[in-house]
Amino acid sequence: MSMLEVKDLHTSFFTDAGEVKAVNGISFSLEEGKVLGIVGESGSGKSVTAYSILQILAGSGRIVSGSIKFRDQELVNSGEKVMKNIRGNKISIIFQDPMTSLNPTYTIGHQLMEAIMLHTDRDRNQARERALEMLKLVNVNEPEKRLKQYPHEFSGGMRQRVMIAMALACEPDILIADEPTTALDVTIQAQILELMKSLQEELGMAIIMITHDLGVVAQMCDEVIVMYAGSICEQGTADEIFYNPGHEYTKGLLRSIPNQDDDGSKLQPITGTPIDLLNMPKGCPFAPRCDAAMKICLRERCPKIEINEGHSASCWMNVKAAADAGEPVFDDGEVTEEKKGEA
Amino acid sequence: MSGNKNENSRPLVEVKHLKQYFDINVGLFKSKPLKAVDDVSFEIKKGETLGLVGESGCGKTTVGRTILHLYKPTAGEIWYDGKQIGSKESLRDFRKKATMVFQDPYSSLNPRMTVEDIIAEPLDVHKAYSSKNERRERVLELMEYVGLNSEHASRYAHEFSGGQRQRIGIARSLALKPGFVVCDEPVSALDVSIQAQVINMFDELQDKLGLTYLFIAHDLLVVRHISDRIAVMYLGHIVEIADAKEIYDHPLHPYSKSLISAVPVPDPKTARSNKRIVISGDIPSPLNAPSGCPFRTRCPYASEKCAECMPELKDMGSGHLVACHHSAEIN
Amino acid sequence: MAEHSTDKRKKSVQDVLRMFSLHIKVDDLIPATDEEKAYIVTMRPSTTFFKDGVRRLVKNKVAFISFIVIVFITLSAIVIPFFWPYSYDAMLGNMPGQPMDASYNNLLPFTYSVTEQARIDNGEFVFPHVFGTDSAGRDYFIRVVYGTRISLAVGFFASIIVLIIGMTLGAISGYCGGKVDMVIMRIVDIIYSLPDMLMVILLASVLKMRLSPVIDGTALASIGSNIISLFIVFGLLYWVSMARLIRGQILSLREQEYVLAARAAGARGGWIIRKHLLPNCMSVIFISVALQIPSAIFTESYLSFIGLGVNAPMPSLGSLAADALNGINSYPYRMVIPAIVISLIVLGLNLFGDGLRDAFDPKLNK
Repeated sequence: MSMLEVKDLHTSFFTDAGEVKAVNGISFSLEEGKVLGIVGESGSGKSVTAYSILQILAGSGRIVSGSIKFRDQELVNSGEKVMKNIRGNKISIIFQDPMTSLNPTYTIGHQLMEAIMLHTDRDRNQARERALEMLKLVNVNEPEKRLKQYPHEFSGGMRQRVMIAMALACEPDILIADEPTTALDVTIQAQILELMKSLQEELGMAIIMITHDLGVVAQMCDEVIVMYAGSICEQGTADEIFYNPGHEYTKGLLRSIPNQDDDGSKLQPITGTPIDLLNMPKGCPFAPRCDAAMKICLRERCPKIEINEGHSASCWMNVKAAADAGEPVFDDGEVTEEKKGEA
Repeated sequence: MSGNKNENSRPLVEVKHLKQYFDINVGLFKSKPLKAVDDVSFEIKKGETLGLVGESGCGKTTVGRTILHLYKPTAGEIWYDGKQIGSKESLRDFRKKATMVFQDPYSSLNPRMTVEDIIAEPLDVHKAYSSKNERRERVLELMEYVGLNSEHASRYAHEFSGGQRQRIGIARSLALKPGFVVCDEPVSALDVSIQAQVINMFDELQDKLGLTYLFIAHDLLVVRHISDRIAVMYLGHIVEIADAKEIYDHPLHPYSKSLISAVPVPDPKTARSNKRIVISGDIPSPLNAPSGCPFRTRCPYASEKCAECMPELKDMGSGHLVACHHSAEIN
Repeated sequence: MAEHSTDKRKKSVQDVLRMFSLHIKVDDLIPATDEEKAYIVTMRPSTTFFKDGVRRLVKNKVAFISFIVIVFITLSAIVIPFFWPYSYDAMLGNMPGQPMDASYNNLLPFTYSVTEQARIDNGEFVFPHVFGTDSAGRDYFIRVVYGTRISLAVGFFASIIVLIIGMTLGAISGYCGGKVDMVIMRIVDIIYSLPDMLMVILLASVLKMRLSPVIDGTALASIGSNIISLFIVFGLLYWVSMARLIRGQILSLREQEYVLAARAAGARGGWIIRKHLLPNCMSVIFISVALQIPSAIFTESYLSFIGLGVNAPMPSLGSLAADALNGINSYPYRMVIPAIVISLIVLGLNLFGDGLRDAFDPKLNK
């Protein structure tokens, strides 16, 4: 039984230019203590997915349909009371830019203690103790002094640590990290990722890591979901995704980034530009940019096809591979009859 | 390795002891100098790509902008093609030969101008054409170089995606047929799948037009791909310069070592087995740079000597320069 | 192992196809051509920033209605005097060469004087006095229309003067920075601290004495020295808020990368201000002007009310209201009508300005 189950989620933004289908029917699950990576570029819907789970969508966004179950409790349409208990308490989130997530007019201590007192019934002193504990946990030096300081007195890496401390103060079951290190320098990023990994092992919580950086995914994640234009292209373990990709988009991404064995030869980019979410074509959203696109790709979306244990991809190339292997997948009338007989 | 190394003896671009200090107000009447660039020297040969990497506060962007005299250098000399740049005439001429591509495709193009006007602006400023037709021809030629559809010349910048806007910026920088282009984090703001397109384009244009690049970036894998040589900066100083592959495989400076090992590699097996050198502490503010070697506050090999004086760039063999008092012992 | 996984794949492909009742033909797996792919992707129709803003503005009903009202009032003020049979300064009962006919004075709306009544009885058509006449026998409707003309013209031209001076000084101050900025801003601060009503009255009185002999006999005499001095006062004092606004915009726009790019290409200050900075301030400028006009009209009405406005017999909405004070008990409508017109204009422009800001201010963009 998974801790978090998302089934056929649809989230859209209703702007005065039309309906933007940010998330277009995705399903996945998260097990206890695992790190799940959601990879995608801008417009892929990865952040919107996270915001949908916590129902913190901006203004015109709404979950149109689908189900999100946390420990068997349905979160969609469950009401503010239920969600208030979930946010910050059972499921926490840290954002990309800690400067805008922290209130510049309150001290760090105040904000930490506020989060603690809101969700647990500790009094002020106990909350302060807990805040100090958290700061020590995230390796912030001189925690007593830091409690009295304001966000602008901290560096980027420190602020992100404070964000993590705030998010973990109530010992959540799931930590959602929305591009937590994108705005940080490389060496600071390494520190933060290492911190997150060690905290995850120590506290046994699950992490949903949202990023566009495949390097971060390779380093941190057990399971990976690849998203494009609001749909899931492929999901599976990190090893499967990197070494046995089943979707043309994933393959294209892996081919286009310079890796450590770079010999200076030309990169193989994915041609074309990302899709306009207001003007979604029918068929596979990646098809117009796909070198291997077939006629059916332009017409119909491919359903989830299982490639290996726990690894599935929504790509017609897998059907083609099966057909090339000599196996009858076509609808020629007779063939289907025969298949019925066999089955 | 991209680009052909020209056998010319004289480098195209020479930067000598460049300093750029900004005065920051710290009190009512007091001001402190922010040493963004503190005594930086290097050379770039014609047709070469020099990569410049570093983290926040290292001064790499300031170096790029100061070379182009967008800021007046506090001290030091810039030489281009054997001539020193400083006087008004030399500057006016220099502006045609040295240009810049900017990081943010969203703020580097004027939202009120059409694509044609944006690309033609350098031509307009220098009145480099004799008729409207000539201007239009040149713009269309440039658009073709960067793979933009000529029908889009009368559209506005905001109608394009990030990658296309960056192409517009590149076309603009090529308008006056420059020899030297400073690329200031040109792909950092783009999606991963678009980055490869733009990087390939930089390579092609370099071959086709014989350009020399100063490629400033923080993504080490990208810089390694496109550069011939790489210079690593920390708090306004260059700490190491070497061939791209050499610096990646055998970094000699403690900071370079930690920087390169911190880069997340998109390969799970390597990522798991890599022993990462994680340096603790934060990067000091350039306002309060440590005395002597700026890295000594975080360096595991720091000694007293490091606090006293700034190490010079020493050649450790075959053009691999390192600025460290203890580089011989460490390696 | 590879075979095992392909076996698994085979099984699940068929399962999946059956599950979704998908029927694949051999043709479906032929590679798609580039044309087919390109056909699927169409670029959205071109909209400029301007068109986008206009679309948003039109959707805002309040702003749209206000705009219609303003246009209607302005057009009426311009067009009506051309065909209205009465003029604003003709005292109908006081024709030279004829005895005074007091029955023309203080007529109620749609009533006629004795002479006119006689003509109607004779079968002639006499154009009705829609708002009656004032105490000197002048048709009130046309006076209100002329008053509106003057008020609108004053508001408009004063705003233009403010715009030109404020924009220039604000742009120079913002772009140059340093000492130039400091000097200009200190001047702004000083002017801000002056009590503006007092200054207006002072300057108006002083200029009146100086200007009257100068403009006598010229076309400007009909507007009166008071209005000229009003323009001069506006030019001297009211540019400051526009200057500050433009300066603020320029300060933030100056750091944009496209300005840096222009400098890297060799552009100088003037080019950058003209081509890059000011065009990007346009929406702010429009909004500011739209909100400045009602303020100018209000000031003019105030001045006219206290007697420092247009010279008689030229009416302005303020002076009409002032004149109507005397007979306010017997003819209250003479006060109410110009007051309503002022209110309509000011409210309409304010609402329209608000609508402009909502439609064009990029920061409020969703």
